[in-house]
Amino acid sequence: MVDIPEHLLKRAAQARAKALGISVEKALAEMKGQEDPTIVSKEPEVIAFEEVPTPAAETPAPVTEIPAPVTETPVPVTETPAPAAETISPVKEEHAAETTEKVAAVKIEQKPPAAKAPAPAKVDTPDEVDFAPEVKVTQRLLTVVKAKPIQKPVSEPVDKVNTWPHLMLPEFVSLMAMTAFLILLSAILQAPLLEEANPNVTPNPAKAPWYFLGLQELLSYWDPQIAGVMIPLVLGVVVWMAFPYIDRNPETHPSKRKFAIMFYTFFLAGAGVLTIIGVLFRGPGWNWTYPWIDGIWFDDLLDWIHFE
Amino acid sequence: MQKLSLRDRIKEARVSATDSFRGGKLMSSIFRPGSPFRKGYVDSPRNRSYVVMNNVLYHLHPVKVKRHGVRLSYTLCLGGLSFFLFIVLTITGIWLMFYFRPTELAYVDIQALQTDIAFGSLVRNMHRWGAHLMVLVVFLHMSRVFYHGAYKAPREFNWVIGVILLLLTLLLSFTGYLLPWDQLAIWAVTVGGNMAGYTPVIGAQAKFGLFAGLEATTATLLRFYVLHVLFLPFIIVIFMAVHFWRVRKDGGISGPL
Repeated sequence: MVDIPEHLLKRAAQARAKALGISVEKALAEMKGQEDPTIVSKEPEVIAFEEVPTPAAETPAPVTEIPAPVTETPVPVTETPAPAAETISPVKEEHAAETTEKVAAVKIEQKPPAAKAPAPAKVDTPDEVDFAPEVKVTQRLLTVVKAKPIQKPVSEPVDKVNTWPHLMLPEFVSLMAMTAFLILLSAILQAPLLEEANPNVTPNPAKAPWYFLGLQELLSYWDPQIAGVMIPLVLGVVVWMAFPYIDRNPETHPSKRKFAIMFYTFFLAGAGVLTIIGVLFRGPGWNWTYPWIDGIWFDDLLDWIHFE
Repeated sequence: MQKLSLRDRIKEARVSATDSFRGGKLMSSIFRPGSPFRKGYVDSPRNRSYVVMNNVLYHLHPVKVKRHGVRLSYTLCLGGLSFFLFIVLTITGIWLMFYFRPTELAYVDIQALQTDIAFGSLVRNMHRWGAHLMVLVVFLHMSRVFYHGAYKAPREFNWVIGVILLLLTLLLSFTGYLLPWDQLAIWAVTVGGNMAGYTPVIGAQAKFGLFAGLEATTATLLRFYVLHVLFLPFIIVIFMAVHFWRVRKDGGISGPL
């Protein structure tokens, strides 16, 4: 059996406490108690056993009444270990082993007072002498077997929540927020529409959509075979797709995959810088321009640029 | 018997009317057991499971998800928002198709859309900014997945599908770029198409296939239109279905870190 993680147990106890209207500690104790009931059932018996001798010694008058419980109580004590060990063993051998150990210890400790207490009563009930604790020890601890499961469960318990409402509600809210944002954006900013397409009039500069402007910027440095095809095709598609097969490091924590994170961040930053240069810093003839001095040549953001 | 106040009687009538409607045959036939829209929905673990399990959503979400995955800061909802933007673009795109002809008249149609048709300008703006936003959100989603190492076993192949989805998103955006048929559109697509012409060995053929000729003409417009409204959405929906299916089959959300 898999040990239930402490935080899950605590959460279950909280839910149980809420449902039954009891304190969390009590619920936790109950849940733990259910797992190994022997300990709980054992303790009251031992206490009763300890308490009885004192009234017996103090009030000898109702002698006839007291001996009955006194003589009877040892009986369950001597008997319980066996059934307890039987019922528990398939489930929790470790606990069972511990409890038998405890019971054995308890039995030996309690014997002297038990033997003393019924002494005056013994005369009246000679039939029950056979069951008295001074009888030779019937059980003893042979060995303690540590419980180990034969099969090891593969899956650990996972902390999960209901999709409804814990996932679907945030999803719904974010969809609504995105809709509101998009409608607001569309109401404020007008999508560009220049004069009608004319293949005979080439604008200067002619710019690609913004997500290709990094590539267009690369094209101005290198041979188009390399910058226009090899880099986007090989680096952008093949390496990108094959990345999980290249990166065989199974770790997911950032501190254990520094190279991969550096690699990705480097290309992210590179693509970002190239795109920003292509969008903002390139003017007529693909010459370097400063947006705050020469203006911006990027018609896709026409309305953004002239936004008042 | 105590006489009810008018207010209580109205409330009682409203509750009984609502209950008889929500518990009626019509609503029971539309909503499956456990739906919050049915009569007698109470917030219980059983009903919370039913809401998903007895719903078309069960194809998208499991009944239970890992607790850390629900935190907004883990995913920023980027995958869901990509999908949602795709839906918004589909809806606005279908609306735009009613007013658009992929011929020499395309530019006139866009002008008419912006000036003559109710909400025409707004819907066109939503389609355009939504498309830019989708490219951005898909890219951010990919980055999120990378930084979480969520492409690692057993999710390798879903990363491959994800890259294909990013490329399809770019292609959808690029084919849509030509449709307004203005100077911005034709020259951006000319620049992009010329890049395809540099492909080794099959460069000229790739460019010819893309442009349906040697340069961007109305034949290119028709080609991009069909790709944009039919072919690429068809392909991307198939890949999205596999992508979402694999997310669940590979054990739901990755992590925690």
